[in-house]
Amino acid sequence: MTSLTLQDIKKSYGNIDIIQGVDLKIEPGELVVFVGPSGCGKSTLLRMIAGLEPISSGELRIGGQRMNERSASERGIAMVFQSYALYPHMTVYKNMSFGLETARMPRAEIDSRVRKAAEILQITQLLDRKPKQLSGGQRQRVAIGRAIVREPSVFLFDEPLSNLDAELRVQTRVEIAKLHADIGATMIYVTHDQVEAMTLADRIVVLRGGRIEQAGTPLEIYNAPANRFVAGFIGSPKMNFLEARVLSSGGDLALDLAGTSVALAGYGGRGLEATASLGVRPEHLRVGSDQGADLGAMTVTHVEQLGGQTIVYGRLSDGQQIVATLDGQQSVQAGQELPLRVDLARCHVFDADGRRVAARAA
Amino acid sequence: MSVTDDMPFRVPIWSRLRRQIAGYGFLSPWLIGFFVLTLGPAMSSLYLSFTDYSLMSQPHWVGSANYAQIASDDPRFRAAMNVTFTYVLLSVPLKLVFALAVAVLLNKGMRGLNWFRAIFYLPSLIGGSVAIAVLWRQVFASDGMINQVLMTLFGYEGPSWIANPSTAIYTLVALAVWQFGSSMIIFLAGLRQIPQDMYEAASIDGASRTRQFFKITLPLLTPVIFFNAVILTIDAFKAFTPAFVISDGSGGPIDSTLFYTLYLYQEAFTNFRFGYASALAWVLVAIIAGFTALSFLSAKYWVHYDD
Repeated sequence: MTSLTLQDIKKSYGNIDIIQGVDLKIEPGELVVFVGPSGCGKSTLLRMIAGLEPISSGELRIGGQRMNERSASERGIAMVFQSYALYPHMTVYKNMSFGLETARMPRAEIDSRVRKAAEILQITQLLDRKPKQLSGGQRQRVAIGRAIVREPSVFLFDEPLSNLDAELRVQTRVEIAKLHADIGATMIYVTHDQVEAMTLADRIVVLRGGRIEQAGTPLEIYNAPANRFVAGFIGSPKMNFLEARVLSSGGDLALDLAGTSVALAGYGGRGLEATASLGVRPEHLRVGSDQGADLGAMTVTHVEQLGGQTIVYGRLSDGQQIVATLDGQQSVQAGQELPLRVDLARCHVFDADGRRVAARAA
Repeated sequence: MSVTDDMPFRVPIWSRLRRQIAGYGFLSPWLIGFFVLTLGPAMSSLYLSFTDYSLMSQPHWVGSANYAQIASDDPRFRAAMNVTFTYVLLSVPLKLVFALAVAVLLNKGMRGLNWFRAIFYLPSLIGGSVAIAVLWRQVFASDGMINQVLMTLFGYEGPSWIANPSTAIYTLVALAVWQFGSSMIIFLAGLRQIPQDMYEAASIDGASRTRQFFKITLPLLTPVIFFNAVILTIDAFKAFTPAFVISDGSGGPIDSTLFYTLYLYQEAFTNFRFGYASALAWVLVAIIAGFTALSFLSAKYWVHYDD
């Protein structure tokens, strides 16, 4: 198992900085997920680690050794591409053995590695087929198999599930998690899907505009997002950001939220000025309960029934949009007024610049 | 059956005819061209190939005598076959290799690519012309540019490459290879079709540039190589102008540039043996068809189609 260190890594195309100084240490055997919206630089960063893109400045170390100048094949990595990048003219066996043949490994060793990987991925019966004779899911397994046979110290996955249908995506996700548990290699996984990030990662790195916005375990990111961007990116439906007027911030923080007064303990003296946003996850809102603090009422505009949950869209009295996720099948109609309550300990306060303001420990 | 399905049967016959006549009217330029200029002459040449015909008298039916003579008793036919096969077997592979090599170089995303592409394509546009063949004759003559360069660089006094029976055919092969532009353009398009991530996967697999070329590029390019090879082979069998101009229509020296089509031309328009020339033409059709069929039969062993 191998560690990775990224030290002030930058990537520029002319005057445009794509990656703007990334510092990150990845522990041996860790599965780290790079997540972020399109264009945030997550794939570029992965390709720089792979050796497919030169690093403009900064230092990349794999297993303690500087890798900036090393070619892709010398970095001890294997990569699974979004398109799978299988060689269409080769059989599955040849696809998996190509790298080993290139390294002039003895034939018997190649055969044993390929068959072992095929067994792990349950593709032994496909070894003589060509990629065009395989389904999307099978191609994905071959792509993973091609990575496994190299016995790399680091696995890189570039949005590997994005070409699969929903059901297969869930299934393959579970298999990748199991693979990680079985072989214990260091893995970096790029996705724009926050569910993949939450379910797979030991640690999530949220990127925006070529910078790390936050790195932490999935629950750290969920429970204590560093800013509005991270808070909004992780969680579905996304967190409600309710604009509120700061009434007082000397002792407890007192907010005026659409005419309802909300008092938050532990935020006093945090330099909040005239306005702040109150971040409330839809699943933390309660309706028809007398527990928690009063948040006023929402007028329902639209209802989605998911069977296990009911997602209610509506507006507060001042017109701000709000979404609530209620457990079970609730009979809620558009136009109805619902009184909202929330456990304030699960709310987040963001200042005017979008930074999360942490409460003092009680 | 729905009402809509019944509709065509209710259209009056004259109206349908009128519509069809309009359709055939629009097709007529092509139809006339095909029947009058292609199918008609082809069929009449098939008939003439079984006759003795000199343009001055009526064709005289001789059965398969022309074909029998071609097969057994025509040394110039054998010479023409020899020259033509040498030309095809040398010029086609050389042109393919040259076109592919230049396409690979141009595919590296160099500056001024469009200019280079246009410049390299130019010989393909003008190379088949009489003017270029005349120029070629000058270049390879005893006092031509090639010999002047050889004299300047090495002090070597070269022969007249065109007048020398053992080298004349190679000047024509060189002329053909020089016209590599259209194959190169097709190769370039083929190279652009190969996904970049295939090379990225190969570079992670540790494959050198050379190994990537032979294991990724070449196999994925086989449909394009096959297409170019078939087209170039057919073209090479039909080559006429360069040999005609360079040898002044004689196929000399000593039949060393007697291309098949040139021999056919001589039989028809110098010796006025139209029946025999027609038989020669049909033999050439059979040879080209045979070569093309063989190419297609071999394709399943070496051409990779993605879908």
